[in-house]
Amino acid sequence: MNLFKKQNNFYRAGWITFLLVFALTAFFISCSDQQQEAAPAESDGGVSTGLPADASAIAAARNLTPDDIVAALKTYVPTGQHDDYIMFSSGGHAGQVFVIGLPSMRLLKTIGVFTPEPWQGWGYGSEETMAILNNGQADGEQTVMWGDTHHPALSETAGDYDGQYLFINDKAHARVAVIDLRDFETKQIIKNPIAINDHGGTFVTPDTDWVIEGGQYAAPLGWEYASLDEYAEDYRGMVTFWKFDRDSGRIDYDASFAMELPPYWQDLCDAGKRVSEGWVFCNSFNTEMATGGIESGEPPFEAGASQRDMDYLHVINMDKAIGVAAAGQTIEVNGFPVISLDTSVAEGLLYFIPEPKSPHGVDITPGGEYMVISGKLDPHTTVFSFEKIQAAIADGNFETDQYGVPILDFDAVLEAQIELGLGPLHTQFDDKGYAYTSLFLESTVARWALGGPYGEMHEEEDWSLVGKQSVHYNVGHIAAAEGDTVSPDGTYLVSLNKWAVDRFANVGPLLPQNFQLIDIGSPGEQMQLLYDMPIGVGEPHYAQIIKGDKLSPWEVYPEIGWDPGIQAVNPEAPMSGEEKVVRNGNEVEIWMTAVRSHFTPEHVEINQGDHVIWHITNVERAYDATHGFSLPGYNIQLSLEPGETATFEFDATEDGVFSYYCSEFCSALHLEMVGYLLVKP
Amino acid sequence: MANKLQGFFGPRIPAEVPEAERWRYRLPTILLATAAILLIISIFTPYWRMTLNAPQYPKGLMVQIYVNRVEGDVAEIDGLNHYIGMRPLEEAGQVERRFAIMAISSIALLTAAAIFIHTKWAALLALPAASVPFVFLGDLYYWLRNFGLNLDPNAALSSSIEPFVPPVLGTGIIAQFSTLALPDWGLYLAFTATVLIIVGLYFHRRAYKPLVDQQ
Repeated sequence: MNLFKKQNNFYRAGWITFLLVFALTAFFISCSDQQQEAAPAESDGGVSTGLPADASAIAAARNLTPDDIVAALKTYVPTGQHDDYIMFSSGGHAGQVFVIGLPSMRLLKTIGVFTPEPWQGWGYGSEETMAILNNGQADGEQTVMWGDTHHPALSETAGDYDGQYLFINDKAHARVAVIDLRDFETKQIIKNPIAINDHGGTFVTPDTDWVIEGGQYAAPLGWEYASLDEYAEDYRGMVTFWKFDRDSGRIDYDASFAMELPPYWQDLCDAGKRVSEGWVFCNSFNTEMATGGIESGEPPFEAGASQRDMDYLHVINMDKAIGVAAAGQTIEVNGFPVISLDTSVAEGLLYFIPEPKSPHGVDITPGGEYMVISGKLDPHTTVFSFEKIQAAIADGNFETDQYGVPILDFDAVLEAQIELGLGPLHTQFDDKGYAYTSLFLESTVARWALGGPYGEMHEEEDWSLVGKQSVHYNVGHIAAAEGDTVSPDGTYLVSLNKWAVDRFANVGPLLPQNFQLIDIGSPGEQMQLLYDMPIGVGEPHYAQIIKGDKLSPWEVYPEIGWDPGIQAVNPEAPMSGEEKVVRNGNEVEIWMTAVRSHFTPEHVEINQGDHVIWHITNVERAYDATHGFSLPGYNIQLSLEPGETATFEFDATEDGVFSYYCSEFCSALHLEMVGYLLVKP
Repeated sequence: MANKLQGFFGPRIPAEVPEAERWRYRLPTILLATAAILLIISIFTPYWRMTLNAPQYPKGLMVQIYVNRVEGDVAEIDGLNHYIGMRPLEEAGQVERRFAIMAISSIALLTAAAIFIHTKWAALLALPAASVPFVFLGDLYYWLRNFGLNLDPNAALSSSIEPFVPPVLGTGIIAQFSTLALPDWGLYLAFTATVLIIVGLYFHRRAYKPLVDQQ
């Protein structure tokens, strides 16, 4: 059939068709590739080949040394780039937490914790924040409007920071706060029911099952009265173990317990890790049980509490204590379970080790093998061995203090003593087998070589001083990058100096604190001071430094109507199109939304004497589209991050016209984001 | 009647055609079927996208238009548009979006049906599918123009932004935003379907015309 003669042409045509389709496809793919490439306008990020020609002129004009230039290069973070590390610092008696980037030492945020903070709307009307703050009332009546934050503790998984939660204590009122690192907001404040103040908190166990809060100034447990004449009989120290429920992100008050301790002043604690997991160590001072009274001719505390050469390191078998508490072998103080001192002694939960007097800090090496204690009036740092402690406990041959607590023999558990200098306080670790100890009186940070399993990591002699770095001045705690975890990074160390003296321009007699960034990346004697950061708010105590990429906070709240108090959508949250004002007798309830650049409604008319319940949702989904809500006359200030809802209530006692407005610069028409509350007499 | 139907469907492939020669009938079948499938797939992919870049949006904003919906940073773009008095994107092309899935599916099925029609009528069934990308772009232009030229004169920025027609394809500038409008996968698929249909109809005609002429 001649019908099929053109067979070859058909084959050819078929091939052409498919080639055409492939060509089209290839073209489209290349087009879409191009548009992807075109989208992000990356900076050229060229590798620097040397200082610009005029750089040395600038350095000369500014009197910068080569070391200064190196320090500047190590700390400069160009615009748009992010810091490698994030430091969470206590805010001292500002009652807050500071979030600081390293190595730039830029303050990124101040998190409102125990003290109201208006920018975040923390404690200015929002029910969520008021409920958390009121939960921390010391006596159930007076609202405490500040705190003295001391020791932040990042949540850990297997002994390493996991970037999920942050805990911090309030020394003044014996409170513990939980901060959720998804939104960097405080979620819970718990008042210790048996103590009026604390110090040895917060510290977490390696998987954050427990948050440790150690006491400080002994007092009768449960805020009772007792004469100072009955100090030894009625005054007591304590350590509280708060059970943390990671799923709910809250401390489980009902599953927590405390231990009664002798009325020595417990200081800092640390949780054992790796080989020492399940044990807790707290040091103490004033084992003299001095009661002061300088006005009556008695030795003042500063002298009375420093008479003995040794105080006691408290060694607590926490795993066993949990079992004892679970078995109900507790007494109740203010309705809270407390393991009595007698029970602790009988069950073998508590041991003492003599430690050089007036220590500050008991710090456990990354593997958990050693406990490092520095008595601030002794030039040595003292290292105890966990293995030897266990052997001494097993040996069972010990003296007791007047409360019957076994005292282990100092020499039997001692691993090493290293002479570092004057006023050793607090120790951190790195990845090179070194430890770092602050020397308060000398104003230096000492680097020293660990022994045991760490001896192979460095070239220096085990248990020896390696070098010192001057700091300015009077360093308290130090914080190394992940320096109290099972795997320290050994990159940076921040010296948290108590005095700045001449480091900054004079801003009047109240001086900022001075945070100094030190490069500890190279082994040997060499450490380099890189940067001074003034802290003009409160007096920070401790800080922790986490690798930045371990944090993954939300950019905006996950859904519109999000209530950060419950970390879920609040069914009461006003939504777009559902705004309304409902009167029910003398009660007026308002459902309002906020979006650039208006509140809905913009008029709210009520009568003097009404009780007002006001809900507002920021219905934005855009990154950084935060709105504030400020209502003058009624002390209301909210911060509504994208998606967030908040509720506040007040009695309209004052008549008049009140303009409410957006207090966060949200848009070009931000000034116009306003409304009127009209209160008719 | 049977004659009329036969006149519409055209001749069947003679049984005596050897297997080796049958590919000439299969080629238009494959091309038209592929076109129908591509068109169906395109329903599930975006047809068009516009990205908006401004200093305060380092990641940019993006809106993608599917045949039946609008996706992307719609709330944010609507929020910005309200300043210049542009209506919410959701109000555009409501009728088109409601019927698009059914319409395009039907058109694609007609294309598939054309495989069984061996006369010139096959072209009538397949050509609506070939027109899909052009109808889409035409409708898009209509709505862009409609939205851009009908700005609320009482909007906050109405005095500083004149009515405008956003480009259907290519770049534009509105206030601090630079915009880039591009076809997306769905439109590429639809265009490919168009090409396949035209080529397919060509081979369809070449394969069956001799049979039709023989009758």
